[in-house]
Amino acid sequence: MRNFLSDKIIKIEPSGIRKFFDIVSEMKDAISLGVGEPDFDTPWHIREEGIYSLERGRTFYTSNAGLKELREEIGGYLERRLGLRYDSKKEIVVTVGGSEAIDNALRAVINPGDEVLIPQPSFVSYLPCAVLAGATPVIIELKEENEFRLTKEQLLAHITPKTKVLVFPFPNNPTGAIMEREELLELSKVLVEKDILVLSDEIYSELTYKSEHVSIAACPGMKERTIVINGFSKAYAMTGWRLGYAAGPAEIMEQILKIHQFAIMCAPTNSQYAAVEALRNGDKDIAVMREAYNQRRRYLVHALREMGLQCFEPFGAFYVFPSIQKFGLSSDEFATRLLMEEKVAIVPGTAFGACGEGFLRISYAYSLEDLKRALERLERFIKKLEVEQR
Amino acid sequence: MREKILAVIEKNSRIAVKDLAVLLGESEEAVAEEIAAMEQEKVICGYHTLINWDNTSEEKVTALIEVKVTPQRGQGFDKIAERIYKFPEVHAVYLMSGGFDFTVIIEEKTMREVAQFVSDKLAPMDAILSTATHFVLKKYKDHGTVLVDTVREERMLVTP
Repeated sequence: MRNFLSDKIIKIEPSGIRKFFDIVSEMKDAISLGVGEPDFDTPWHIREEGIYSLERGRTFYTSNAGLKELREEIGGYLERRLGLRYDSKKEIVVTVGGSEAIDNALRAVINPGDEVLIPQPSFVSYLPCAVLAGATPVIIELKEENEFRLTKEQLLAHITPKTKVLVFPFPNNPTGAIMEREELLELSKVLVEKDILVLSDEIYSELTYKSEHVSIAACPGMKERTIVINGFSKAYAMTGWRLGYAAGPAEIMEQILKIHQFAIMCAPTNSQYAAVEALRNGDKDIAVMREAYNQRRRYLVHALREMGLQCFEPFGAFYVFPSIQKFGLSSDEFATRLLMEEKVAIVPGTAFGACGEGFLRISYAYSLEDLKRALERLERFIKKLEVEQR
Repeated sequence: MREKILAVIEKNSRIAVKDLAVLLGESEEAVAEEIAAMEQEKVICGYHTLINWDNTSEEKVTALIEVKVTPQRGQGFDKIAERIYKFPEVHAVYLMSGGFDFTVIIEEKTMREVAQFVSDKLAPMDAILSTATHFVLKKYKDHGTVLVDTVREERMLVTP
């Protein structure tokens, strides 16, 4: 028989998270700090709207770009939260999660050989999606000493004549890093000067704990060269509804819509109706969840530092990214041993890029009780490592 | 800081001051002082335990009594309310808008005891015009906490 497989796909590494998932799902009484989704249920009024839409028989396709009401609500939201005005008819496309938007956006703009700058550590999808789109990915390794922010110098050092796109993932999964207005202004000058398009993944935009999120698209000269990606998963605890969106310049959105139209048709109708309710009446829910995350964040950072794990204070998303370099183990070894010996699942930093080596991603999308239980085990493990080191 | 402290301890009054301080990003002393002040000012009126008596072998009956009264000249509703809430078996008394005046919640061991309270103590009071007693059959949710068993969907243990 012939080899039926695509060379391009074969070369793509499977996600580093998979291995831990496989072990943990076979393990009894394992506890996890390894999830990348909220622990809250979707607020009831949103679920209720989803149920109602089913009862009403709203079970048909919507227009390709998404329900008109939803696109209008998204437009209103982007204006009220980010000060960005988009034409809901031409500049917003509702997608199956932020993930589809990432994939479509890259496919819509890449020609073979174009370079895509991908800061890492970052979400697992950017690199494979860039490769599948035919781009040459160029990794920018973010540094702990910069609190995993992207600096102007780093950006400049990676730009070549072939650079076309910068993937801009802030607030960041897995580091919890955010970027603030002054830094964005600095970067944006470079991006305008070098004529680079930005794919700004702002899925965690509602979860910041220091200053309100600022979109890079709001910087001078940036809106026309930025595709903003956002969604409902993190802000409204709606991961399973699979609903996100992209907003950007009409000529790019037209191409994104084509891919979406032929590959997907439209995002789930039921989820779209629920999302309308989320945008209309969900601000309160966000505030409650944000406060809960913020409290756990403080608790977790405090606890990790108490047990001697060095970590910078993250101000976004729901992750802490402590360093484990002093134990002389790789991230993978540390995470594997922690899982085997104390049955605590966390994700090694290397799952988010090679430069995540020496770090762990610990999620605080857990109740305080769960966090406490897991932290006790983590502390016991660290003490054991310290004894071994002597 | 007050509202934040209250929001946490309303749900979990047993949280250690040390932990509470970490959660709110405040010093332990400041939090302890604020709580003491709120106790002093009767903002915090007590620390109770939410018990689901249905899960014990103890018999308990809860009744909600709608009470209509004629307010007394110069005393209004407050005086009548006081005469009702002084009974230790009375759990709660609320002045209501709408079709009746007070909601009185009482808890007793048996329905007979409830009946006795209403007929011997409550109904004969001068100011009371009428009562309507409703027995609670099942408590689904109390004090913001769901008491019945619910199935919670598990998240996958590791996700990107």
